[in-house]
Amino acid sequence: MEMPDEPDSKDTIAEIRSQFLECVSSREEGPGWLALVRKNALERFLDKGFPTTRDEDWRFTSVAAIASTSFGPPKEGDDEQARTLRKSLGLAELKRHELVFVNGRFSEVLSSVEDLPEGVAVTSLSRAIVEHPERIQPVLSTSDEAETAFFDWNEAFWGDGAFILLPKGVALEAPIHLVFLTLGAGGPSVSHPRNLILAEASSQARIIETYAGIDDAVYFTNAVTAVVADEGAVIDHYKIQRESVSAFHVASLDFVQGRSATVSDYSLSFGARLARNDIRAALDGEGADVTLNGLYVVKDRQHVDHHTVIDHRVAHCTSRELYKGVLDDAASGVFNGRVIVRPDAQKTDARQSNKNLLLSKDALVDTNPQLEINADDVKCAHGATIGQLDGEALFYLRSRGIALPEARRILTEGFMADVSDRVRVAAVREALRELLFSGAA
Amino acid sequence: MTALIEIKNLHASAEGKEILHGIDLTIQPGEVHAIMGPNGSGKSTLSQVLAGRDSFEVTDGEVFFRGKDLLAMTPEQRACEGVFLAFQYPVEIPGVNNTYFLKAALNSLRRYRGEPELDAMDFLELVREKVKLVELDEALINRSVNEGFSGGEKKRNEIFQMAVLEPTFAILDETDSGLDIDALKVVSAGVNALRNPERSILVITHYQRLLDYIVPDFVHVLYDGRIVRSGGKELALKLEEEGYGWLETKAS
Repeated sequence: MEMPDEPDSKDTIAEIRSQFLECVSSREEGPGWLALVRKNALERFLDKGFPTTRDEDWRFTSVAAIASTSFGPPKEGDDEQARTLRKSLGLAELKRHELVFVNGRFSEVLSSVEDLPEGVAVTSLSRAIVEHPERIQPVLSTSDEAETAFFDWNEAFWGDGAFILLPKGVALEAPIHLVFLTLGAGGPSVSHPRNLILAEASSQARIIETYAGIDDAVYFTNAVTAVVADEGAVIDHYKIQRESVSAFHVASLDFVQGRSATVSDYSLSFGARLARNDIRAALDGEGADVTLNGLYVVKDRQHVDHHTVIDHRVAHCTSRELYKGVLDDAASGVFNGRVIVRPDAQKTDARQSNKNLLLSKDALVDTNPQLEINADDVKCAHGATIGQLDGEALFYLRSRGIALPEARRILTEGFMADVSDRVRVAAVREALRELLFSGAA
Repeated sequence: MTALIEIKNLHASAEGKEILHGIDLTIQPGEVHAIMGPNGSGKSTLSQVLAGRDSFEVTDGEVFFRGKDLLAMTPEQRACEGVFLAFQYPVEIPGVNNTYFLKAALNSLRRYRGEPELDAMDFLELVREKVKLVELDEALINRSVNEGFSGGEKKRNEIFQMAVLEPTFAILDETDSGLDIDALKVVSAGVNALRNPERSILVITHYQRLLDYIVPDFVHVLYDGRIVRSGGKELALKLEEEGYGWLETKAS
């Protein structure tokens, strides 16, 4: 990377400290425990400072551009502009249960939630914290030193986000769509969405997070999502990241799974000048099953980084991970996938794969699949590939009359098919096809 | 009458080594020509050069296709003009659906000819009709291109594509190799069904057996990058009986 190794971050950190003090004085009276959580988070953040490329987990991703930018709090967004942006995203079928956040704030007028089964909550976190404090406090009070600085920054500052509560045994038929729009008027701004999804035993839902911004707007989205899937819960989670190509996107996503809970997650990453995802799945109950899939398609000078950790803590759990990347121009990508098998996690079945397609000689990928196995009776496999479009396949298509650009597109789509075809929400699958068709690939 | 294809003094090399040392061959519309020759004689190089494979460099000579300079065209332009190569080793393309790919190909050709594109329904009807020609399992054509196909299925798929794309000049590059006798009959019948007074076929093969089923008008012997003999179908029988040894003494 050309960016300086040591970010010029001192001023930024001092500014964040003073922003925090302003926030504390202006924020509406919240629960005392939350104020303490925020204060602790700020202290952790100030302690750590921004990561540099000397930190192992940030070796290939420099956040100097974030650390040296002065991000202010976002202005209130214009509803009409937000509505237009929302419309441009397609996915109209997902409007049955949809929460929209504009510049970090919950938008009542753009959101709509149809009748929900008894006990189900689909609302904003700031409201839920008043209505369900007993459900939220235990989850929001567990952060520790191990979090990233960006997580801490979010925890100190988060304004709002989604809260989803699925009571025992409830299967929600229509997907829930969480939309985070940034309109980016006036100066660089940062928003810290915070989402909490609690799935009680045997509940089921499909949840889609979409992040998008106005073209060319400079802003920073620093999101944190936590998903707790209790015994036998089934959660399909998708994140479609279509931020402005001038924006920064850093997100942390945590799954905690109980006995026989099944989670699948798709990280679909197209936008942002710099995108970093930290995705962790903790398999806490026997029989838990997690699938972490991802697709990243970047071009120009975009940079995208996925760090995933699958933690097999107990026996008889299954994990599947497939990440595919398509990188064009001078784009760069990072995949770092850790699979940890703890001593008690016998009969673990873990498979991980990362495959990358480079469409240009200037594109670059660093891939690092890691297996840490501390049990002896396990089935684990991992692998990574980096390659170009197959010349013979290109010739084959062209020899049938298909022009070179279309032949390249067909092969690129084919490369991504084993991830994109597995998307189970039809509307998302369709939107994905459109995105890939429209030249994002 | 204008020749369909006219190959004049064609020289081609791969990685700096010349493989074709001057090929002359003229094929009229409706004719079936066979090229036979031992391994390494340049048969496949000739077919790949005609289809436009860029790993071969044409160092001399010219090729006219219906009077147009074929060598100046991209592979896709050649296909649009009516050239079709049935590959010796059809490529497996995971993730790309066979029918999707073939529809894209057919519609490229139709656009080139100024014809309206076929919609999904019309295309499906066409596929149903053509797939019978080569007795190809319909389930296969909805899978990824050639992925997991047996050798015979891949060859049938080539002829199936040919039947859908209806080229004016088809090159069959060792389409018979690896086929059992039943598959050979099916593939040959598929090819014969496509014979007509406008369509020419160049059959490249090792073995005379295929020529029992696809009866050629002319047989040429390719040896060390040159056509050393041309004749009628009886030439193929002579090769079958005597092998290529007698050519070696003649050629040197």
